[in-house]
Amino acid sequence: MKVPYYPGCTLKTKAKNFETSALAVAKKLGIELIELPRWNCCGTVYSLTDDDLIHHVAPIRNLIRVQEMNKNGLVENDHRLVTLCSMCFNTLKRSNIRVLENSDDLKKINDFMYLEEDYEGNVEVIHFLELIKDIGFEKIRENVTNPLEGLKIAPYYGCMLLRPKEVGIDDPEEPVIQAELLSALGAEVIDNPYKKVCCGSYQTIQDKQVVSNLAYDILMRAKDAGAEAITLSCPLCMFNLDSRQKEIKEEHPYFNEIPVFYFTQLMAIGFGLNEDSYGLDLNYVNPESLLLEKNLIRRNNAK
Amino acid sequence: MPNKGKSSTKKKLDLKKIMDRIAEASKQVVSGVEEEKVENWVTIHVMGRAYEVPADLTILTAMEYAGYKFIRGVGCRQGFCGACSTLYRKKGEYKLQTGMACQTRVEDGMFLVQIPFTPAEKPSYDINDLNYDVNVLFRYYPELARCVSCNTCTKACPQDLEVMDYVQAAIKGNFEELAEESFDCIQCGLCAIRCPSEIVQYNVAQLGRRLYGRYDSPEPEHLKKRLEEIKEGKFDEEMEKVTKHSRKELEQMYAERKREEE
Repeated sequence: MKVPYYPGCTLKTKAKNFETSALAVAKKLGIELIELPRWNCCGTVYSLTDDDLIHHVAPIRNLIRVQEMNKNGLVENDHRLVTLCSMCFNTLKRSNIRVLENSDDLKKINDFMYLEEDYEGNVEVIHFLELIKDIGFEKIRENVTNPLEGLKIAPYYGCMLLRPKEVGIDDPEEPVIQAELLSALGAEVIDNPYKKVCCGSYQTIQDKQVVSNLAYDILMRAKDAGAEAITLSCPLCMFNLDSRQKEIKEEHPYFNEIPVFYFTQLMAIGFGLNEDSYGLDLNYVNPESLLLEKNLIRRNNAK
Repeated sequence: MPNKGKSSTKKKLDLKKIMDRIAEASKQVVSGVEEEKVENWVTIHVMGRAYEVPADLTILTAMEYAGYKFIRGVGCRQGFCGACSTLYRKKGEYKLQTGMACQTRVEDGMFLVQIPFTPAEKPSYDINDLNYDVNVLFRYYPELARCVSCNTCTKACPQDLEVMDYVQAAIKGNFEELAEESFDCIQCGLCAIRCPSEIVQYNVAQLGRRLYGRYDSPEPEHLKKRLEEIKEGKFDEEMEKVTKHSRKELEQMYAERKREEE
Protein backbone atom coordinates (compact mmCIF):
# COMPACT_ATOMS: atom_id res chain seq x y z
CA MET A 1 0.00 0.00 0.00
CA LYS A 2 1.45 3.33 -1.10
CA VAL A 3 0.39 6.37 0.90
CA PRO A 4 1.47 10.02 0.46
CA TYR A 5 3.66 11.09 3.34
CA TYR A 6 4.58 14.54 4.66
CA PRO A 7 7.80 14.56 6.77
CA GLY A 8 8.20 18.23 7.81
CA CYS A 9 11.50 20.00 8.36
CA THR A 10 12.27 18.70 11.85
CA LEU A 11 12.10 15.08 10.72
CA LYS A 12 14.87 15.92 8.25
CA THR A 13 17.05 17.62 10.87
CA LYS A 14 16.64 17.22 14.66
CA ALA A 15 14.19 14.32 14.60
CA LYS A 16 15.70 12.04 11.96
CA ASN A 17 15.19 9.15 14.37
CA PHE A 18 11.43 9.73 14.25
CA GLU A 19 11.48 9.37 10.46
CA THR A 20 13.89 6.42 10.17
CA SER A 21 11.99 4.42 12.78
CA ALA A 22 8.58 5.29 11.27
CA LEU A 23 9.62 4.39 7.73
CA ALA A 24 11.05 1.07 8.91
CA VAL A 25 7.93 0.27 10.92
CA ALA A 26 5.63 1.20 8.03
CA LYS A 27 7.62 -1.01 5.66
CA LYS A 28 7.26 -3.91 8.06
CA LEU A 29 3.50 -3.33 8.08
CA GLY A 30 3.41 -3.36 4.29
CA ILE A 31 2.92 0.41 3.97
CA GLU A 32 5.12 2.38 1.65
CA LEU A 33 5.17 6.00 2.79
CA ILE A 34 5.85 8.01 -0.38
CA GLU A 35 7.41 11.35 0.42
CA LEU A 36 5.50 14.26 -1.06
CA PRO A 37 7.53 15.73 -3.94
CA ARG A 38 8.47 19.39 -3.49
CA TRP A 39 6.83 19.66 -0.08
CA ASN A 40 7.28 22.93 1.75
CA CYS A 41 6.92 24.10 5.35
CA CYS A 42 3.60 23.01 6.86
CA GLY A 43 2.96 26.55 8.09
CA THR A 44 4.30 25.63 11.56
CA VAL A 45 1.50 27.23 13.55
CA TYR A 46 -2.11 27.48 12.47
CA SER A 47 -2.98 31.14 12.08
CA LEU A 48 -6.13 32.00 14.01
CA THR A 49 -6.59 35.48 12.57
CA ASP A 50 -9.70 35.78 10.38
CA ASP A 51 -8.14 37.61 7.45
CA ASP A 52 -4.61 36.25 7.63
CA LEU A 53 -4.79 33.99 4.61
CA ILE A 54 -1.13 34.16 3.63
CA HIS A 55 -0.26 31.74 6.45
CA HIS A 56 -2.58 29.14 4.93
CA VAL A 57 -0.83 29.21 1.58
CA ALA A 58 1.96 26.88 2.74
CA PRO A 59 -0.32 24.10 4.08
CA ILE A 60 -2.69 24.24 1.09
CA ARG A 61 0.23 24.15 -1.36
CA ASN A 62 1.26 20.85 0.26
CA LEU A 63 -2.24 19.47 -0.20
CA ILE A 64 -2.04 20.34 -3.91
CA ARG A 65 1.08 18.14 -4.07
CA VAL A 66 -1.06 15.20 -2.88
CA GLN A 67 -3.43 15.81 -5.79
CA GLU A 68 -0.44 15.91 -8.15
CA MET A 69 0.89 12.62 -6.76
CA ASN A 70 -2.39 10.97 -7.59
CA LYS A 71 -2.42 12.45 -11.10
CA ASN A 72 1.21 11.49 -11.72
CA GLY A 73 0.58 7.94 -10.59
CA LEU A 74 2.97 8.08 -7.63
CA VAL A 75 0.11 6.72 -5.57
CA GLU A 76 -3.06 5.02 -6.67
CA ASN A 77 -6.08 7.07 -5.80
CA ASP A 78 -5.00 7.64 -2.20
CA HIS A 79 -5.77 11.15 -1.05
CA ARG A 80 -4.70 10.59 2.52
CA LEU A 81 -1.66 12.54 3.67
CA VAL A 82 0.19 10.82 6.49
CA THR A 83 2.04 12.99 8.98
CA LEU A 84 4.28 12.12 11.90
CA CYS A 85 5.07 15.43 13.58
CA SER A 86 2.06 16.46 15.67
CA MET A 87 2.60 20.12 14.81
CA CYS A 88 2.60 19.50 11.05
CA PHE A 89 -0.43 17.26 11.45
CA ASN A 90 -2.35 19.93 13.33
CA THR A 91 -1.47 22.81 11.00
CA LEU A 92 -2.14 20.89 7.78
CA LYS A 93 -5.40 19.39 8.97
CA ARG A 94 -6.71 22.58 10.49
CA SER A 95 -5.96 24.67 7.40
CA ASN A 96 -7.63 22.01 5.30
CA ILE A 97 -10.77 22.21 7.46
CA ARG A 98 -10.70 26.00 7.26
CA VAL A 99 -10.66 26.19 3.46
CA LEU A 100 -13.23 23.42 3.12
CA GLU A 101 -15.58 25.34 5.39
CA ASN A 102 -14.84 28.72 3.78
CA SER A 103 -15.04 28.52 0.02
CA ASP A 104 -14.18 32.23 -0.32
CA ASP A 105 -10.90 31.61 1.49
CA LEU A 106 -10.14 28.66 -0.75
CA LYS A 107 -10.85 30.71 -3.86
CA LYS A 108 -8.57 33.52 -2.69
CA ILE A 109 -5.76 31.08 -1.90
CA ASN A 110 -6.21 29.27 -5.21
CA ASP A 111 -6.18 32.60 -7.07
CA PHE A 112 -3.06 33.70 -5.26
CA MET A 113 -1.31 30.44 -6.21
CA TYR A 114 -2.17 30.85 -9.89
CA LEU A 115 0.91 28.92 -10.97
CA GLU A 116 -0.41 25.80 -9.21
CA GLU A 117 -3.44 23.75 -10.07
CA ASP A 118 -6.43 24.56 -7.85
CA TYR A 119 -6.83 22.70 -4.60
CA GLU A 120 -9.94 20.60 -5.05
CA GLY A 121 -10.49 19.91 -1.37
CA ASN A 122 -10.31 16.13 -1.45
CA VAL A 123 -7.21 15.50 0.69
CA GLU A 124 -7.51 13.95 4.12
CA VAL A 125 -4.71 14.76 6.54
CA ILE A 126 -4.12 11.93 8.99
CA HIS A 127 -1.57 11.09 11.65
CA PHE A 128 0.50 7.90 11.43
CA LEU A 129 -1.16 6.75 14.67
CA GLU A 130 -4.53 6.85 12.90
CA LEU A 131 -3.15 4.80 10.03
CA ILE A 132 -1.94 2.22 12.56
CA LYS A 133 -5.33 2.19 14.23
CA ASP A 134 -6.97 1.64 10.83
CA ILE A 135 -4.68 -1.30 10.16
CA GLY A 136 -5.60 -2.63 13.55
CA PHE A 137 -3.68 -3.28 16.73
CA GLU A 138 -4.10 -7.00 16.11
CA LYS A 139 -1.82 -6.62 13.09
CA ILE A 140 0.68 -4.80 15.30
CA ARG A 141 0.59 -7.66 17.80
CA GLU A 142 1.27 -10.13 14.98
CA ASN A 143 4.43 -8.27 14.01
CA VAL A 144 5.94 -8.13 17.49
CA THR A 145 8.98 -10.38 17.75
CA ASN A 146 10.64 -8.58 20.63
CA PRO A 147 7.80 -7.79 23.04
CA LEU A 148 8.38 -4.82 25.34
CA GLU A 149 7.62 -6.99 28.35
CA GLY A 150 8.21 -5.38 31.70
CA LEU A 151 8.76 -1.94 30.21
CA LYS A 152 6.61 0.61 32.01
CA ILE A 153 5.69 3.42 29.68
CA ALA A 154 3.63 6.56 30.14
CA PRO A 155 2.31 7.92 26.83
CA TYR A 156 2.32 11.70 26.47
CA TYR A 157 0.05 13.46 23.98
CA GLY A 158 0.54 17.19 24.40
CA CYS A 159 -1.94 19.42 22.65
CA MET A 160 -1.42 19.16 18.89
CA LEU A 161 -2.69 15.58 18.57
CA LEU A 162 -5.85 16.28 20.52
CA ARG A 163 -6.97 19.87 20.16
CA PRO A 164 -9.14 21.41 18.93
CA LYS A 165 -11.59 18.55 19.10
CA GLU A 166 -12.41 18.55 15.35
CA VAL A 167 -8.72 18.17 14.56
CA GLY A 168 -7.74 15.74 17.32
CA ILE A 169 -7.25 12.05 16.63
CA ASP A 170 -8.66 10.87 19.94
CA ASP A 171 -10.79 11.86 22.92
CA PRO A 172 -9.27 15.20 23.95
CA GLU A 173 -9.82 14.44 27.62
CA GLU A 174 -9.03 10.73 27.79
CA PRO A 175 -6.89 9.74 24.82
CA VAL A 176 -6.05 6.02 24.58
CA ILE A 177 -4.54 5.52 21.13
CA GLN A 178 -0.93 5.36 22.29
CA ALA A 179 -1.89 3.16 25.25
CA GLU A 180 -3.54 0.67 22.89
CA LEU A 181 -0.51 0.67 20.65
CA LEU A 182 1.91 0.18 23.54
CA SER A 183 -0.21 -2.67 24.93
CA ALA A 184 -0.08 -4.34 21.54
CA LEU A 185 3.71 -4.04 21.67
CA GLY A 186 3.66 -5.86 25.00
CA ALA A 187 4.56 -2.91 27.22
CA GLU A 188 2.98 -2.07 30.53
CA VAL A 189 1.09 1.19 30.08
CA ILE A 190 1.25 3.69 32.92
CA ASP A 191 -1.38 6.39 33.03
CA ASN A 192 0.08 9.84 33.55
CA PRO A 193 -2.52 12.36 34.74
CA TYR A 194 -0.35 15.04 33.06
CA LYS A 195 -0.42 13.37 29.65
CA LYS A 196 -2.20 16.35 28.05
CA VAL A 197 -0.52 19.15 30.00
CA CYS A 198 1.27 21.67 27.80
CA CYS A 199 5.01 21.08 27.41
CA GLY A 200 5.63 24.82 27.07
CA SER A 201 5.92 24.72 23.32
CA TYR A 202 7.92 27.58 21.77
CA GLN A 203 8.45 29.22 25.17
CA THR A 204 11.49 26.98 25.15
CA ILE A 205 13.28 29.59 23.03
CA GLN A 206 12.38 32.63 25.14
CA ASP A 207 12.31 31.14 28.60
CA LYS A 208 13.92 27.77 29.30
CA GLN A 209 12.88 27.96 32.93
CA VAL A 210 9.14 28.04 32.14
CA VAL A 211 9.56 24.93 30.04
CA SER A 212 11.82 23.03 32.38
CA ASN A 213 9.32 23.67 35.21
CA LEU A 214 6.45 22.30 33.11
CA ALA A 215 8.56 19.37 31.92
CA TYR A 216 9.57 18.60 35.50
CA ASP A 217 5.91 18.38 36.58
CA ILE A 218 4.96 16.18 33.61
CA LEU A 219 7.92 13.84 34.06
CA MET A 220 7.60 13.63 37.85
CA ARG A 221 3.91 12.69 37.61
CA ALA A 222 4.84 9.92 35.17
CA LYS A 223 7.68 8.71 37.40
CA ASP A 224 5.50 8.84 40.51
CA ALA A 225 2.99 6.63 38.71
CA GLY A 226 5.79 4.16 38.06
CA ALA A 227 6.83 4.97 34.49
CA GLU A 228 10.32 4.13 33.28
CA ALA A 229 9.97 5.91 29.97
CA ILE A 230 7.72 8.29 28.02
CA THR A 231 6.43 8.07 24.45
CA LEU A 232 5.22 10.93 22.27
CA SER A 233 4.84 12.03 18.66
CA CYS A 234 5.88 15.68 18.59
CA PRO A 235 9.49 16.81 18.03
CA LEU A 236 8.88 19.99 20.02
CA CYS A 237 7.42 18.04 22.97
CA MET A 238 10.42 15.75 22.57
CA PHE A 239 12.85 18.61 22.88
CA ASN A 240 11.05 20.04 25.89
CA LEU A 241 10.62 16.76 27.76
CA ASP A 242 13.91 15.15 26.72
CA SER A 243 16.61 17.78 26.15
CA ARG A 244 15.30 20.13 28.84
CA GLN A 245 16.08 17.44 31.41
CA LYS A 246 19.51 19.09 31.38
CA GLU A 247 17.96 22.24 32.90
CA ILE A 248 15.76 20.16 35.24
CA LYS A 249 18.88 18.45 36.53
CA GLU A 250 20.53 21.80 37.20
CA GLU A 251 17.49 22.92 39.22
CA HIS A 252 16.82 19.56 40.90
CA PRO A 253 20.14 17.73 41.41
CA TYR A 254 18.40 14.58 42.68
CA PHE A 255 16.21 14.26 39.60
CA ASN A 256 16.86 10.97 37.83
CA GLU A 257 16.66 11.27 34.08
CA ILE A 258 13.90 9.37 32.32
CA PRO A 259 14.15 8.31 28.67
CA VAL A 260 11.71 9.76 26.15
CA PHE A 261 10.91 7.91 22.90
CA TYR A 262 9.04 8.59 19.73
CA PHE A 263 6.36 5.89 19.70
CA THR A 264 7.80 4.65 16.41
CA GLN A 265 11.16 3.93 18.04
CA LEU A 266 9.48 1.54 20.47
CA MET A 267 7.55 -0.02 17.59
CA ALA A 268 10.81 -0.63 15.72
CA ILE A 269 12.29 -2.23 18.84
CA GLY A 270 9.14 -4.33 19.42
CA PHE A 271 9.18 -5.46 15.79
CA GLY A 272 12.81 -6.48 16.20
CA LEU A 273 13.90 -4.31 13.25
CA ASN A 274 17.47 -3.39 12.40
CA GLU A 275 18.68 -1.14 15.19
CA ASP A 276 19.95 1.43 12.68
CA SER A 277 16.32 2.43 12.34
CA TYR A 278 15.97 3.20 16.08
CA GLY A 279 18.21 6.27 15.96
CA LEU A 280 18.71 6.15 19.73
CA ASP A 281 21.82 8.32 19.48
CA LEU A 282 19.60 11.34 18.81
CA ASN A 283 17.67 10.96 22.07
CA TYR A 284 19.13 13.32 24.67
CA VAL A 285 18.55 11.01 27.63
CA ASN A 286 20.31 7.81 26.66
CA PRO A 287 17.74 5.00 26.82
CA GLU A 288 20.22 2.18 26.27
CA SER A 289 20.75 1.11 29.87
CA LEU A 290 17.00 0.79 30.34
CA LEU A 291 16.62 -1.22 27.12
CA LEU A 292 19.57 -3.43 28.02
CA GLU A 293 18.16 -4.01 31.47
CA LYS A 294 14.90 -5.19 29.90
CA ASN A 295 16.76 -7.33 27.36
CA LEU A 296 15.25 -5.36 24.51
CA ILE A 297 18.53 -4.61 22.78
CA ARG A 298 21.72 -6.63 22.84
CA ARG A 299 24.81 -5.24 24.50
CA ASN A 300 27.16 -5.81 21.58
CA ASN A 301 24.77 -3.95 19.35
CA ALA A 302 24.32 -0.99 21.66
CA LYS A 303 25.96 2.09 20.32
CA MET B 1 22.68 86.65 9.06
CA PRO B 2 24.23 84.48 6.40
CA ASN B 3 21.76 82.84 4.13
CA LYS B 4 22.51 79.17 4.53
CA GLY B 5 20.61 78.16 1.44
CA LYS B 6 22.75 80.25 -0.86
CA SER B 7 26.24 79.22 -1.71
CA SER B 8 28.77 81.94 -2.19
CA THR B 9 29.69 82.59 -5.80
CA LYS B 10 33.35 83.27 -5.55
CA LYS B 11 34.04 81.56 -8.87
CA LYS B 12 32.17 82.87 -11.82
CA LEU B 13 30.09 80.07 -13.31
CA ASP B 14 30.88 79.20 -16.89
CA LEU B 15 27.35 78.53 -17.99
CA LYS B 16 28.25 77.49 -21.48
CA LYS B 17 30.69 74.90 -20.23
CA ILE B 18 28.08 73.45 -17.89
CA MET B 19 25.43 73.31 -20.59
CA ASP B 20 27.88 71.62 -22.95
CA ARG B 21 28.62 68.99 -20.32
CA ILE B 22 24.93 68.34 -19.78
CA ALA B 23 24.38 68.04 -23.51
CA GLU B 24 27.32 65.67 -23.80
CA ALA B 25 26.09 63.51 -20.93
CA SER B 26 22.57 63.23 -22.30
CA LYS B 27 23.62 62.39 -25.82
CA GLN B 28 22.31 59.13 -27.18
CA VAL B 29 24.69 56.41 -26.24
CA VAL B 30 23.28 53.83 -28.62
CA SER B 31 24.72 54.20 -32.07
CA GLY B 32 23.67 52.52 -35.25
CA VAL B 33 19.97 53.20 -34.90
CA GLU B 34 18.84 54.69 -38.19
CA GLU B 35 15.71 56.41 -37.09
CA GLU B 36 14.15 56.74 -40.54
CA LYS B 37 14.33 52.97 -40.93
CA VAL B 38 12.65 52.20 -37.59
CA GLU B 39 9.14 51.06 -38.32
CA ASN B 40 7.85 50.45 -34.83
CA TRP B 41 8.14 52.80 -31.94
CA VAL B 42 6.97 52.29 -28.38
CA THR B 43 6.60 54.57 -25.41
CA ILE B 44 8.34 53.59 -22.23
CA HIS B 45 8.32 55.47 -18.95
CA VAL B 46 11.60 55.62 -17.10
CA MET B 47 11.05 56.68 -13.51
CA GLY B 48 7.82 58.29 -14.63
CA ARG B 49 9.08 60.14 -17.69
CA ALA B 50 7.96 59.06 -21.17
CA TYR B 51 10.34 58.31 -24.03
CA GLU B 52 9.67 57.19 -27.59
CA VAL B 53 12.08 54.39 -28.41
CA PRO B 54 12.50 51.86 -31.23
CA ALA B 55 10.48 48.76 -30.40
CA ASP B 56 13.23 46.23 -30.98
CA LEU B 57 15.60 47.50 -28.29
CA THR B 58 16.16 45.96 -24.90
CA ILE B 59 15.34 48.01 -21.82
CA LEU B 60 19.04 48.70 -21.43
CA THR B 61 19.67 49.89 -24.98
CA ALA B 62 16.35 51.76 -25.06
CA MET B 63 17.34 53.71 -21.96
CA GLU B 64 20.68 54.46 -23.54
CA TYR B 65 18.91 55.52 -26.71
CA ALA B 66 16.84 57.88 -24.57
CA GLY B 67 20.01 59.41 -23.21
CA TYR B 68 20.69 57.55 -19.98
CA LYS B 69 24.29 56.64 -19.37
CA PHE B 70 24.91 53.72 -17.05
CA ILE B 71 27.83 53.91 -14.70
CA ARG B 72 26.27 51.43 -12.22
CA GLY B 73 23.60 48.80 -12.73
CA VAL B 74 25.09 47.47 -15.93
CA GLY B 75 27.68 44.79 -16.55
CA CYS B 76 28.09 41.99 -19.02
CA ARG B 77 25.08 42.89 -21.24
CA GLN B 78 24.66 39.15 -21.82
CA GLY B 79 22.33 38.16 -18.99
CA PHE B 80 25.01 36.58 -16.85
CA CYS B 81 26.19 39.12 -14.32
CA GLY B 82 22.93 40.14 -12.67
CA ALA B 83 23.74 43.87 -12.53
CA CYS B 84 20.85 45.38 -14.50
CA SER B 85 17.83 44.30 -12.43
CA THR B 86 14.65 46.09 -13.44
CA LEU B 87 11.15 46.38 -12.03
CA TYR B 88 8.33 47.32 -14.37
CA ARG B 89 4.62 47.39 -14.70
CA LYS B 90 2.72 47.62 -17.94
CA LYS B 91 -0.09 50.11 -18.32
CA GLY B 92 -3.41 48.66 -17.21
CA GLU B 93 -1.87 45.59 -15.56
CA TYR B 94 -1.86 44.91 -11.83
CA LYS B 95 1.26 42.79 -11.99
CA LEU B 96 4.65 44.13 -11.03
CA GLN B 97 7.19 42.39 -13.23
CA THR B 98 10.89 41.81 -13.04
CA GLY B 99 13.62 41.33 -15.57
CA MET B 100 17.20 41.96 -16.52
CA ALA B 101 17.38 45.17 -18.58
CA CYS B 102 19.84 43.63 -21.04
CA GLN B 103 17.59 40.61 -21.69
CA THR B 104 14.12 42.14 -21.79
CA ARG B 105 12.68 43.87 -24.81
CA VAL B 106 10.80 47.11 -24.34
CA GLU B 107 7.05 47.01 -24.63
CA ASP B 108 4.63 49.82 -25.16
CA GLY B 109 3.39 51.38 -21.95
CA MET B 110 6.14 49.97 -19.76
CA PHE B 111 6.74 51.88 -16.54
CA LEU B 112 10.14 50.92 -15.27
CA VAL B 113 12.85 51.59 -12.76
CA GLN B 114 16.34 50.17 -12.40
CA ILE B 115 17.44 48.41 -9.20
CA PRO B 116 21.20 48.76 -9.43
CA PHE B 117 21.81 47.56 -5.88
CA THR B 118 19.97 45.43 -3.32
CA PRO B 119 20.50 46.27 0.32
CA ALA B 120 20.94 42.73 1.62
CA GLU B 121 22.23 41.15 4.78
CA LYS B 122 25.55 39.48 4.05
CA PRO B 123 27.37 38.25 7.13
CA SER B 124 31.01 37.29 6.87
CA TYR B 125 32.18 33.84 7.88
CA ASP B 126 35.09 31.50 7.41
CA ILE B 127 33.81 28.42 5.66
CA ASN B 128 36.46 26.27 7.38
CA ASP B 129 35.14 27.21 10.84
CA LEU B 130 31.54 26.23 10.11
CA ASN B 131 29.77 22.97 10.81
CA TYR B 132 28.08 21.25 7.91
CA ASP B 133 24.71 21.62 9.54
CA VAL B 134 21.37 23.30 8.86
CA ASN B 135 21.85 25.33 12.06
CA VAL B 136 24.57 27.31 10.30
CA LEU B 137 22.04 28.57 7.76
CA PHE B 138 19.65 29.62 10.53
CA ARG B 139 22.44 31.23 12.55
CA TYR B 140 23.38 33.57 9.69
CA TYR B 141 19.93 33.89 8.15
CA PRO B 142 17.34 33.34 10.92
CA GLU B 143 14.66 35.01 8.78
CA LEU B 144 14.64 31.78 6.72
CA ALA B 145 12.15 30.48 9.27
CA ARG B 146 9.72 33.22 8.24
CA CYS B 147 9.15 31.76 4.77
CA VAL B 148 5.40 31.47 4.14
CA SER B 149 5.84 29.50 0.88
CA CYS B 150 4.12 32.25 -1.12
CA ASN B 151 6.41 31.61 -4.12
CA THR B 152 6.84 35.33 -4.83
CA CYS B 153 10.60 34.80 -5.11
CA THR B 154 10.15 32.19 -7.83
CA LYS B 155 7.85 34.50 -9.79
CA ALA B 156 10.46 37.28 -9.56
CA CYS B 157 13.41 35.19 -10.73
CA PRO B 158 14.64 36.22 -14.21
CA GLN B 159 16.55 32.92 -14.37
CA ASP B 160 13.36 30.90 -13.91
CA LEU B 161 14.78 29.15 -10.86
CA GLU B 162 12.50 27.45 -8.35
CA VAL B 163 13.64 29.87 -5.65
CA MET B 164 11.02 28.88 -3.08
CA ASP B 165 11.97 25.24 -3.51
CA TYR B 166 15.61 25.94 -2.75
CA VAL B 167 14.67 28.09 0.26
CA GLN B 168 12.60 25.15 1.50
CA ALA B 169 15.52 22.82 0.80
CA ALA B 170 17.63 25.10 3.02
CA ILE B 171 15.06 24.85 5.82
CA LYS B 172 15.12 21.04 5.51
CA GLY B 173 18.92 21.02 5.60
CA ASN B 174 19.03 19.48 2.13
CA PHE B 175 22.28 21.04 0.95
CA GLU B 176 22.46 19.08 -2.27
CA GLU B 177 19.08 20.28 -3.48
CA LEU B 178 19.86 23.82 -2.31
CA ALA B 179 23.11 23.81 -4.29
CA GLU B 180 21.66 22.21 -7.42
CA GLU B 181 18.48 24.28 -7.55
CA SER B 182 20.29 27.58 -7.00
CA PHE B 183 23.23 26.83 -9.27
CA ASP B 184 22.18 29.19 -12.08
CA CYS B 185 21.55 32.14 -9.74
CA ILE B 186 23.03 35.40 -11.03
CA GLN B 187 22.48 37.22 -7.71
CA CYS B 188 20.41 40.02 -9.22
CA GLY B 189 18.60 40.48 -5.91
CA LEU B 190 15.06 40.61 -7.31
CA CYS B 191 13.86 37.70 -5.15
CA ALA B 192 15.06 39.46 -2.01
CA ILE B 193 13.43 42.75 -3.07
CA ARG B 194 10.05 41.02 -3.49
CA CYS B 195 10.13 38.62 -0.50
CA PRO B 196 7.45 39.48 2.10
CA SER B 197 9.47 37.63 4.71
CA GLU B 198 12.61 39.63 3.96
CA ILE B 199 14.72 36.59 3.26
CA VAL B 200 17.90 37.17 1.25
CA GLN B 201 17.52 34.03 -0.83
CA TYR B 202 20.62 34.36 -2.99
CA ASN B 203 22.99 34.88 -0.09
CA VAL B 204 21.48 31.90 1.75
CA ALA B 205 22.02 29.84 -1.40
CA GLN B 206 25.60 31.01 -1.73
CA LEU B 207 26.37 29.93 1.84
CA GLY B 208 24.62 26.63 1.10
CA ARG B 209 26.63 26.02 -2.06
CA ARG B 210 29.86 26.87 -0.28
CA LEU B 211 29.11 24.46 2.55
CA TYR B 212 28.07 21.76 0.10
CA GLY B 213 31.17 22.28 -2.00
CA ARG B 214 33.47 22.37 1.01
CA TYR B 215 32.05 19.43 2.94
CA ASP B 216 29.93 17.24 0.71
CA SER B 217 30.13 17.38 -3.07
CA PRO B 218 32.25 14.58 -4.46
CA GLU B 219 35.77 15.53 -5.51
CA PRO B 220 35.99 15.37 -9.33
CA GLU B 221 38.16 12.46 -10.44
CA HIS B 222 39.88 14.35 -13.27
CA LEU B 223 40.90 17.14 -10.90
CA LYS B 224 42.34 14.66 -8.42
CA LYS B 225 44.32 13.01 -11.23
CA ARG B 226 45.62 16.30 -12.57
CA LEU B 227 46.74 17.45 -9.11
CA GLU B 228 48.68 14.22 -8.72
CA GLU B 229 50.32 14.73 -12.10
CA ILE B 230 51.36 18.24 -11.09
CA LYS B 231 52.78 16.91 -7.84
CA GLU B 232 54.70 14.24 -9.70
CA GLY B 233 56.31 16.91 -11.88
CA LYS B 234 54.64 16.10 -15.17
CA PHE B 235 54.53 19.76 -16.17
CA ASP B 236 57.77 20.99 -14.53
CA GLU B 237 59.82 20.93 -17.70
CA GLU B 238 57.25 22.79 -19.77
CA MET B 239 56.69 25.28 -17.00
CA GLU B 240 60.38 26.03 -16.77
CA LYS B 241 60.55 26.51 -20.53
CA VAL B 242 57.71 29.00 -20.43
CA THR B 243 59.03 31.01 -17.51
CA LYS B 244 62.45 31.44 -19.11
CA HIS B 245 61.14 33.18 -22.22
CA SER B 246 61.09 36.95 -22.56
CA ARG B 247 57.82 38.80 -22.88
CA LYS B 248 58.42 39.28 -26.58
CA GLU B 249 59.12 35.60 -27.15
CA LEU B 250 55.99 34.71 -25.23
CA GLU B 251 53.90 37.06 -27.33
CA GLN B 252 55.27 35.46 -30.48
CA MET B 253 54.63 31.99 -29.12
CA TYR B 254 51.07 33.01 -28.31
CA ALA B 255 50.50 34.37 -31.79
CA GLU B 256 51.90 31.21 -33.37
CA ARG B 257 50.24 28.78 -31.01
CA LYS B 258 48.50 25.73 -32.34
CA ARG B 259 44.80 26.27 -31.99
CA GLU B 260 42.28 23.67 -31.11
CA GLU B 261 39.78 22.96 -33.83
CA GLU B 262 36.54 24.80 -33.30
